[in-house]
Amino acid sequence: MFSELNSRARGLLVALAMLLLVLPFIASNYVLSVAVLILYFAYTGQAWNVMMGFCGQLSLGHALYVGLGGYTAAALFVHFGIGPWAGVLASVIVCMTAGALVGFLAFRFSIGGVYFALLTIAFAEFTRIGFDHWQWLGASGGFFLPVSQREVSDLVNLRGSPTMFYYIILALASAALLFSTWLLRTRVGYYWLAIRENPEAAEALGINLFRYKMLAVLISAGMTSIAGVFFAFYYNNLFPEQVFNMGRSIEIILGPIIGGVGTLFGPIVGAALLTLLADGITELLGAFGIELSGIKQVFYGVCLLLVTMFLPNGVWPALSKRLGVISNRNDEE
Amino acid sequence: MTAELVANVLISGVLTGLVYGLMALGLSVIFGVVRVVNFAHGEMMTIAMFAAVMLFQVWGLDPFLAVVPVAAVFFVLGYFLQSSIINPFITRPEHSQFMLLVAVAIIMVNGLLMIFGPNARNVQVDYQLESYEWGPLLFDAARLYAAMAALVCSAAMFAFFRLTLTGKAIRACADNHLGARIVGLNVKHLYALTFGIGSACVAAAGCMMVLLVDVTPLLGPAYTLLAFVIVIVGGLGSMPGALLGGVLIGVSEALAGLVITPSAKSMFSFGLLILVLLFRPQGLMGRRS
Amino acid sequence: MGRPLLEVRGISKRFRGLRAVTDVSLSVEAGHIVALIGPNGAGKTTTFNMIAGVYRPDEGEILLDGQPLQGRRPDEICMAGVGRTFQLVKPFAGLSVLDNVVIGALRRHADVATARKKSLAILERLGIGEKSEQQASSLTLPDRKRLEVARALATEPRILLLDEVMAGLRPTETDRMVAIFKDINRETGLTILLIEHVMRAVMALSREIHVLHHGELIASGAPDEVVRHPAVLDCYLGEEAV
Repeated sequence: MFSELNSRARGLLVALAMLLLVLPFIASNYVLSVAVLILYFAYTGQAWNVMMGFCGQLSLGHALYVGLGGYTAAALFVHFGIGPWAGVLASVIVCMTAGALVGFLAFRFSIGGVYFALLTIAFAEFTRIGFDHWQWLGASGGFFLPVSQREVSDLVNLRGSPTMFYYIILALASAALLFSTWLLRTRVGYYWLAIRENPEAAEALGINLFRYKMLAVLISAGMTSIAGVFFAFYYNNLFPEQVFNMGRSIEIILGPIIGGVGTLFGPIVGAALLTLLADGITELLGAFGIELSGIKQVFYGVCLLLVTMFLPNGVWPALSKRLGVISNRNDEE
Repeated sequence: MTAELVANVLISGVLTGLVYGLMALGLSVIFGVVRVVNFAHGEMMTIAMFAAVMLFQVWGLDPFLAVVPVAAVFFVLGYFLQSSIINPFITRPEHSQFMLLVAVAIIMVNGLLMIFGPNARNVQVDYQLESYEWGPLLFDAARLYAAMAALVCSAAMFAFFRLTLTGKAIRACADNHLGARIVGLNVKHLYALTFGIGSACVAAAGCMMVLLVDVTPLLGPAYTLLAFVIVIVGGLGSMPGALLGGVLIGVSEALAGLVITPSAKSMFSFGLLILVLLFRPQGLMGRRS
Repeated sequence: MGRPLLEVRGISKRFRGLRAVTDVSLSVEAGHIVALIGPNGAGKTTTFNMIAGVYRPDEGEILLDGQPLQGRRPDEICMAGVGRTFQLVKPFAGLSVLDNVVIGALRRHADVATARKKSLAILERLGIGEKSEQQASSLTLPDRKRLEVARALATEPRILLLDEVMAGLRPTETDRMVAIFKDINRETGLTILLIEHVMRAVMALSREIHVLHHGELIASGAPDEVVRHPAVLDCYLGEEAV
């Protein structure tokens, strides 16, 4: 069921891991910031993939969990002086509660497919407008963390240099990959795939649909909330208009969809491709001296359109075949 | 807060709501037949709004007259969008369709941004300042005309789907896709027609909307969400439901602007949406599947 | 004969006023193979779906070993020991054949390695062992039917409900399938209730036959008695040749 990586693939993976580990020593700050972005989206994509790619529940409102997670940890830090490590725990709990609410309502009332997707949007938008008016958290004016001096890395309070944040998000993205790999090998993983492929047949095989769908939402929400905490401490500011925006939700899911829904490496490949694409377009336009607001996104949209039209299963399944890194493929569609 | 004030706010909510309803009607018809959620619906609306503004600025064409050419062009564009890009996606999973239309929406918003820049634009006609009084009640002329025009367009849609052969064929397609193919209907052509009709609807609504609000390219996503809320409240795929949903959302927005702050008005709408999804997921006027 | 393993007492189901099944009672002794036959639209699959928990009967009771099943969810009924196949097969199309069965086996064995071992054995037994690594969507219809059976067997049911698993098989394939069920039944004492149109299989397998017509039970008994029953001849010869 899981792509058995052959020796060539393992070699490539080890080389990539080495490169990522030494990157801060060889790359410029700009490259490092791009890498942080890629890893961030690889992480959130992996989290979303648990719910959609594995369990088949389409969420279009994952910005809800990024935002709630970020605001929770940031509020604890700013208002109560509670550090991000305790804060992350609180964030996970808050987001799992929110996920439980969305999931419980949707699955108890048998809301599926398009309706479920629209319900997730509705919750995210509802929350966005709520935060827009919540003065304690800065409302629409934004909520700010005290900006740190960049020389000293204070791991306890997550105040420090870009290199520190790079290693944190690298660790998170790697952990998410390993966690997803492990999940797919457990009974829960198999049950999710069954629900994704055919809920009725899954139920006839003794799978409690409600319980396992809830579990997928909870895990996905919990994972996403950690990304929110990272976001808050990395950027030091949170605006409801930005973090809860539907555009953010779309950003999260672009990576795994372009990379390959339900695959383990799809979210990573997709995040890398999209981030590099966006940056590449900016560079290219800069080189030609074209400055026109919107033109970058138009290119981006056209690329998305082409990938969606011509690679329906995403880039990774096609790419892995081309690279010859998968010896045994009959899974991961 | 006087009863008069509330009544006038309600009136304005109902009138705006009818225009919303026409916009949502397009989305609902497309979903009802093609079974694809048009995530670029609001973006199409803003394109139509810009078209109306340009026709007004360049040739002084009244937005109500602009409905005819803009809707016609949108019909053709919608037809081609469906037949060239969306038809191959009919059998693909929902997330794939979603991705496709999101890509289309991104191109539309930013295309507008490229051409027109981020500034708000509007039209100015004499009757925007006029109003009719009926006792203590006040009717904005522009809003009233727009609502009436929206009703006329909706009525034309009902008539088309109830009375014409093509309309009936499209409804047959929506009821039973396979059956429609078996009796020899050209389903892909009918889908494209439907998308064209839905696009013409949203184009007409866009022309009327420029009389009520200023337009910027970034309005698109907000209108897409608004249209979703309306059709789900009314019942996805139900034509009367779209109008009813439009009026409800128009009224709830207007009231929210009165009792809390205008910027929180869509919180009411989303709250309403969540309640409807939970307690009547098929929408107020929808059929239970 | 002790208490029957499965006992259906007077179940009925109406769909928007249309009576699909009316007051059907039947029982299946542990270790027996029993067939449910009848013309198309007689209410056989509806009866199955009520036993398996897809529909809740409007009236009546369904007991498995004395425990009521009616009103419980399909997954609970599976857990109670009822395995079923679907008339219109529902494979997990994107997964491998083996993984399809593993998902069934995980219901008894939480450990994936054990579940895989059990699943491979079942696939071998049904003669599709060599296809275990193929994607389920690539299987032919007869193989999909076998997969459907394998998946249900993997849940280690006490009673197996088979919904037209012989349909579309060639006579030799039918005979092989019949032999497999006979073997399993003899070795493990698995109880089977099957819906079937292929009379060749019904006659070879079942110890008892129930006949449904227009949602009502019109005959029950040993195979050779039932096929001579006047009501059965009437409904069958009147509507379709067997």
